Amino acid sequence: MARSDVQLMLDVKAGDEQSFTLLLHRYRSPLVNFLYRMVRNREQAEDLAQEVFLRVYRARENYVPSAKFTTWLFRIATNLALNSVRDTRYQRMEISLDAPVTVDAEEGEEKTLDIAEKHQNIEQHLVEETRKKMIRHAIEKLPEKQRAAVLLHKYQELDYGEIAKILQCSESALKSLLFRAYETLRVELAPLVAQQGKS
Amino acid sequence: MENKILGYVDGRLRENERLEVEKHLAGCAACCLRVNEFRAVSGLLEELPMIEPTAAFDLRVRARVAAEPVKQSWWAWLIPAPRVTIAALVLMLATIWVGTASKNQPQIAQEDIPVLENYDVLSNFEPLTELPQPVQADDGGQQQSPQM
Ligand SMILES: [Zn+2]
Repeated sequence: MARSDVQLMLDVKAGDEQSFTLLLHRYRSPLVNFLYRMVRNREQAEDLAQEVFLRVYRARENYVPSAKFTTWLFRIATNLALNSVRDTRYQRMEISLDAPVTVDAEEGEEKTLDIAEKHQNIEQHLVEETRKKMIRHAIEKLPEKQRAAVLLHKYQELDYGEIAKILQCSESALKSLLFRAYETLRVELAPLVAQQGKS
Repeated sequence: MENKILGYVDGRLRENERLEVEKHLAGCAACCLRVNEFRAVSGLLEELPMIEPTAAFDLRVRARVAAEPVKQSWWAWLIPAPRVTIAALVLMLATIWVGTASKNQPQIAQEDIPVLENYDVLSNFEPLTELPQPVQADDGGQQQSPQM
């Protein structure tokens, strides 16, 4: 049977490096994806995810399983992400007030796939690409705390209590944060929402 | 009601809360619309593709972890080497015990002094000097060897 996160962390504390590798494999993808959606830059997301794992490793000696491991892990990640977003915002403002949202590797990779597609599928594919781009941009435009709440709620499937602890707010504050985020997404994605409703 | 709509859409409400929302939805078109739209948003969010960490990711994490200084608190040496610790403790206790025991030795020596004094008196006692001295018996072997 697979060892729980807490057990793995206690084994890391006892000096078992192999357990750290298991935690790394278990959480590298969720963390990189969460951070990628938070900071909107793949390279930066990986740097921050490395930083999260490093901090987990550094804290091993003082680790006490008082909360769920994921709460602790994503709290570190969220704090790093929020700091990073706030830091880069000033940099971006210096360049341009309404600079376009960063276009990175993800779109490039998808475009190379376009060429391989058969001609009749291109139109359909472009529709899908536009759709994905709209969804991505709608998430990226959310204020960072709302964005973090949506990402943790939707993609990490953490419960309200856990997300509230990560974002250091009350459960009811979290619920209204999520409500506002969904309201914004509902408006931003109105054309797609209407389509979704018909189908 | 606002705070419960998303929970309702995601099926995260408790049974009594769910029934309460459903009762409200039966008579409120605005909330019904919102439920449908939130459901649509939730479905759209699922379309977002996931990315895979690059191959270098694990290597970088391992390299950064390996570069960490081995910092240990002053008592941390207790944990990796229990045998050394026990040996050190035994040695320490032995030293204390010997130290305590050695305090008794001068007292024993002082009791012996009168006996030694008596021996000196006896050995220098004139009527006894003509007798062969008991000390000479030890050196007897050396004195006898030239004769042989
Ligand atoms: Zn209503």
